[in-house]
Amino acid sequence: MKGHPMLDVRGLRKTYDGHGRRVEALRDLTFTVAAGELCCLVGPSGCGKTTLLKCVGGLLAPTSGEVLLDGARVTGPPPAMAVVLQEYGRSLFPWMSVYANVELPLRQKKDLGKERRRALVADALRAVDLADAGAAYPWQLSGGMQQRVAIARALAYEPEVLLMDEPFAAVDAQTRAELEDLVRLLWRQRGMTILFITHDIDEAVYLGQRVLILSASPTVVREELTVDLPPDRDQLTTRAEPAFARLRARVYEQIQAAIHTGRG
Amino acid sequence: MRHALRRALFTVALPALLLLLWLAASDGGDSVYFPPLRTILGSFAEVWNADRLAHDVLPSLGRLTAGYTAGAVTGVAAGILIGTHRRVRATAEPVLEFLRAVPPPVLVPVIMLFAGIGDTMKIVVIASGTVWPVLLNTVEGARAVDSVLSETARSYGITGLARLRRLTLPSAGPQIFAGLRQALSLGLILMVISEMFAASNGLGFAIVQFQRGFAIPEMWSGILLLGLLGFALATVFRLVERRVLRWYHGLRAAGRPS
Repeated sequence: MKGHPMLDVRGLRKTYDGHGRRVEALRDLTFTVAAGELCCLVGPSGCGKTTLLKCVGGLLAPTSGEVLLDGARVTGPPPAMAVVLQEYGRSLFPWMSVYANVELPLRQKKDLGKERRRALVADALRAVDLADAGAAYPWQLSGGMQQRVAIARALAYEPEVLLMDEPFAAVDAQTRAELEDLVRLLWRQRGMTILFITHDIDEAVYLGQRVLILSASPTVVREELTVDLPPDRDQLTTRAEPAFARLRARVYEQIQAAIHTGRG
Repeated sequence: MRHALRRALFTVALPALLLLLWLAASDGGDSVYFPPLRTILGSFAEVWNADRLAHDVLPSLGRLTAGYTAGAVTGVAAGILIGTHRRVRATAEPVLEFLRAVPPPVLVPVIMLFAGIGDTMKIVVIASGTVWPVLLNTVEGARAVDSVLSETARSYGITGLARLRRLTLPSAGPQIFAGLRQALSLGLILMVISEMFAASNGLGFAIVQFQRGFAIPEMWSGILLLGLLGFALATVFRLVERRVLRWYHGLRAAGRPS
């Protein structure tokens, strides 16, 4: 599965200047995500995860360091990248139907014909099991369904890299489990590279092939853990495996240490 | 169905009651200035015949439409520009605060100086008054675009004209419509005022003519017609707004923050 590095983050540093004081959010982040890999980033709350995501997504310029996407330096939002955010209620356009929401980013891709667009939207909605919801407005759907619309929008965009920023933090446990399995399924079907940011340790271990543990802010990568669980994962059996418990404990220790000792 | 009927009943109940009260209280009265409603209604049908509608009401509505449209389009365009550019806003805000504080009717003599006394003057007066509520509300709306939505749009490469059409304008829609609603009543007032200054036809002109000729019931019938016109315009406006902002009312009813 391991291919060439799709995402290459080198010495990423971000400080915010404001009102006479300087806040260092990211100190020195270096990691790579291989093509086709599902990599989870987990860290204590307030560890600059969102800043990291914005830098990787080209929404925020880093103070120093760089992000390379498939070898090319990221200077703005790259067309080969799609983002799914935590706040589904605020990331879907409430004045557009579900269908129009999924279609909108595709309208920016000038080389896509109308037919192709329609096919991509239909396919993406089917993939998240919302084939019949195209005419509804997002706010007519439940939270979990809205997040699936956001996922469908990302899928239809046909990204090489999918960035997910705590996408399931705001939905209930049952829905969350379903969405986790959906992400695993879509990843295995479509072979995208996924960088999944979360504060939930179980989620990180359950989803990822690899887990990167971040320190408290100012952030560095504290540890890197390969998740040696079988690729076929199941909410019941996988979570009951001794290997799962061991990994989970390891991540937990690291996060606790990160909170108590600060950096490193 | 029953719900709609009840709502219709509530809408009509108070106006009907007031009319009945007016009718009863004024019946048999002999005041010259406050003639019985019966007399006013009698003259209403007589005065506002097809000829008058074509000669006075239509020109008025034409001016209102032209002035209101000009004011609205200018207000939205300038409002979006000011609302989305911080530097333009910093430069323009003090001037806007001054200009909005000037009561539009005092501009009538000024505008007459360069626009003459024809239709252009009236349209400019209406436009120059209606532009402000639209502009100021649009500025607020364009400024308040949700940050998450804005970043989502950016990350998907939705920029420039597409961003304006798909994000800024719809997002500012509720505020734009609030401004348009204020502008509508203001536009009606300015229409009448501009026709009172220098005109040869129009609703405002007709009412002043009746007053000067001591045709008091006729004058009252004109005022009644103005009220009805305002009500009709507001109703049409509400229908359009309901349609365009369907998502907004639905979202609010769904009770989720946005």
